[in-house]
Amino acid sequence: MADAALDPHAAIATTASGVGSGTLTTADGMPLARALAHSQRRARRRAFLLVLPLLAFILITFVVPIGQMLARSFHNDGFSANMPQVSAWFASTEHGTAPDDAAWTALAQDLVASADARSIGVVGTRINYDMPGTRSLFTATGRQVRRGLEPPYQEALLEINEAWGDPRLWSVMRSASTPVTANFYLAAVDRTRDEDGNIQQVEEQQRIYLTLFWRTFWLSAVITGLTFILGFPIAHLLATLPMRKSNLLMILVLLPFWTSLLVRTTSWMVLLQQQGVINDILVWMGIIGGDARLQMIYNRTGTIIAMTHILLPFMILPLYSVMRTINPAYVRAARSLGATSWTAFRRVYFPQTLPGLGAGAMLVFILAVGYYITPALVGGSSGQLISNMIAQHMTGTLNWSMAAALAALLLGSVLILYWLYDRLVGVDNLKLG
Amino acid sequence: MKTTLILSTALCGVAFGAMAQEVNVVSWGGAYEVSQVEAYNKPFTAETGITVNMIAADNPATPLRAQVEAGNVTGDVFDVEVSDAIRLCDEGALVEIDPADLPTAPDGTAAADDFVPGALQDCAVANIVWGTVISFNTTKFEGEAPSTAADFFDTETFPGKRGLPKNPKRTLYLALIADGVPAAEVYDVLSTPEGVDRAFAKLDTIKGETVWWEAGAQPVQLLADGEVSMTTVYNGRAFDAMVAEKQPFEIIWDGQYLDMDMFVIPVDAPNPEAAMEYLKFATDTQRLADQAKYIAYGPARQSSTSLVGLYQDGVTEMAPHMPTSPEALANAVTDDPEFWADHSAELTERFNSWLAAS
Repeated sequence: MADAALDPHAAIATTASGVGSGTLTTADGMPLARALAHSQRRARRRAFLLVLPLLAFILITFVVPIGQMLARSFHNDGFSANMPQVSAWFASTEHGTAPDDAAWTALAQDLVASADARSIGVVGTRINYDMPGTRSLFTATGRQVRRGLEPPYQEALLEINEAWGDPRLWSVMRSASTPVTANFYLAAVDRTRDEDGNIQQVEEQQRIYLTLFWRTFWLSAVITGLTFILGFPIAHLLATLPMRKSNLLMILVLLPFWTSLLVRTTSWMVLLQQQGVINDILVWMGIIGGDARLQMIYNRTGTIIAMTHILLPFMILPLYSVMRTINPAYVRAARSLGATSWTAFRRVYFPQTLPGLGAGAMLVFILAVGYYITPALVGGSSGQLISNMIAQHMTGTLNWSMAAALAALLLGSVLILYWLYDRLVGVDNLKLG
Repeated sequence: MKTTLILSTALCGVAFGAMAQEVNVVSWGGAYEVSQVEAYNKPFTAETGITVNMIAADNPATPLRAQVEAGNVTGDVFDVEVSDAIRLCDEGALVEIDPADLPTAPDGTAAADDFVPGALQDCAVANIVWGTVISFNTTKFEGEAPSTAADFFDTETFPGKRGLPKNPKRTLYLALIADGVPAAEVYDVLSTPEGVDRAFAKLDTIKGETVWWEAGAQPVQLLADGEVSMTTVYNGRAFDAMVAEKQPFEIIWDGQYLDMDMFVIPVDAPNPEAAMEYLKFATDTQRLADQAKYIAYGPARQSSTSLVGLYQDGVTEMAPHMPTSPEALANAVTDDPEFWADHSAELTERFNSWLAAS
């Protein structure tokens, strides 16, 4: 308080000392409450300006792209934007109306226009999502009608391909005639619409996504459990050893953490494969026969082993930072009051590690749910997760709407789990350090 | 001040444009990219002064589509598979290419007649023909060696694990061939539900013995490590392992799956003239023949075949290693892009579902 002129609070204090002349005012005569609100507003504005770059960064690089991507899951105007006339006909007629002359004319004119604009592939791709095998109907017809199409259109189109008369096709086109659709979400839970628009399960041999969702959550839970069983003793050891030794051990935990994910995954391939190090050692020691080498990779086991190892530090680090703050006097007190070492651990020590355990479990589980490269490399056929399907739709089939629908479901279910966690344990109890 | 800034920036832009003409080519990386750099890019830059920037992608069709959708195209020429070339063309993402613009063969044959069937599409020009073939590790079979696609499925006579790619396109055909379907009828059979069931039933017989691979480098590694005794593999990769790395592998050409790689130019490419220039240069007779010196993929022009000579080691004759040699073509399935454009999604889902049910 050396320089009172620079300190607004000091100024207030000065005037406040002269109580008795009515309301409280600052040195320059402003009512105290207003001056306070004013200065707080200024401080808030300054704080907001400081975080503004970060907010803008998150908005531009995170919220907007993810929002755009997710919008594709329910918004696909591949048909409606390129086939405006027939879309208008669908909008003006009842569901189930048989195509009349107006419909055929609209369809034919749209096909010609779309073929000329070279957007017929987009239209065909959109319809093919809901009715496999129809993409070439559009592209082949497009190639023929580019030379022009004469009325009567119904006969002309049926002449090109009889499939144009298929009621299922018209039903699918109707559902695609509005850009907003739930069909990708239906497909993402192994459902489809029949000819009358009723929702039903897809054929058994085509069902895949629900199985994979279930497997993803189940495997992630197993991996979280394993990292807990393996990580808890290590974290305890790190927290209780003298500083010098624990630092050395810490490096052993951190070194793999800093190593590239791909390097660690491929190392596991070298170790676990049938002609790999572990099998070689087992055969050399005579534990297993040379023709009975264990299959430990390219299956679910491989996925679990590699992912547990890769995610282990995310469990150890929060546990460790919480364990360091636990006063050893509590356990000693419990023992001196007659508790067995198990009871002291169970009732005194373990409950105090829960915030770290919660944070670690949350981190590991959420990371595991979205894991993709490790299962792709070591998962074989039985160790694939839902993220591998999302990647396939992104890069392989280029069906981004489907990828977005699967991703939205994954995101939604993680958020629900987070909410459940909050209700059961409380997010306030999370402690990362 | 402001005007000066704008002016100088504009001048810089003009000067830069005039100085460094360049073309961005997106390809697949690896030994394949090396072959393109050696056979196309170096002579191209030497002749025209245009710099070629090679960009590697897992599948160039993915960044192409992303760039066109985002309205921010940075690549000029993309090297994509046939089915993607046709699909992207139908979706209006590519520039149309007139075969009459392409250079003729040395004897004057028009490009349209010189390229192998299917190599010229509305918006794409093929540069190579490549095969997916069966390859086996000779150290694994002491007695009789496998020689047909049927042997691949015969784990009794030829024990050991098998390697197959994790997609329906390059597995179903092999199952049908091994089940006795002639190569020419594979797609007729696969178009029927019974045919698909038949292919999956055949795959079922080796499902427990199969290691699934995804990236092209994996099968070679699996074979070299002894993880599998037999696998399908891209023929160029197998050749590279056999000749350059002296691995004890052998190729079975029976049931080969032929595919092409194509050059395409996206709409709104930043350097459209240079891109077209590059495309014409890279697909002329001599360049395609030169590429065979660096990798065992077949040229897409018939006139290049006779010009194919020795491998870069100077001793290996390339002609018998080409996927287009008469022996290799005897029972080969040619890719049907139309079929896959229609049924890829459906069959991929069924394939994944089949895989997951273990």
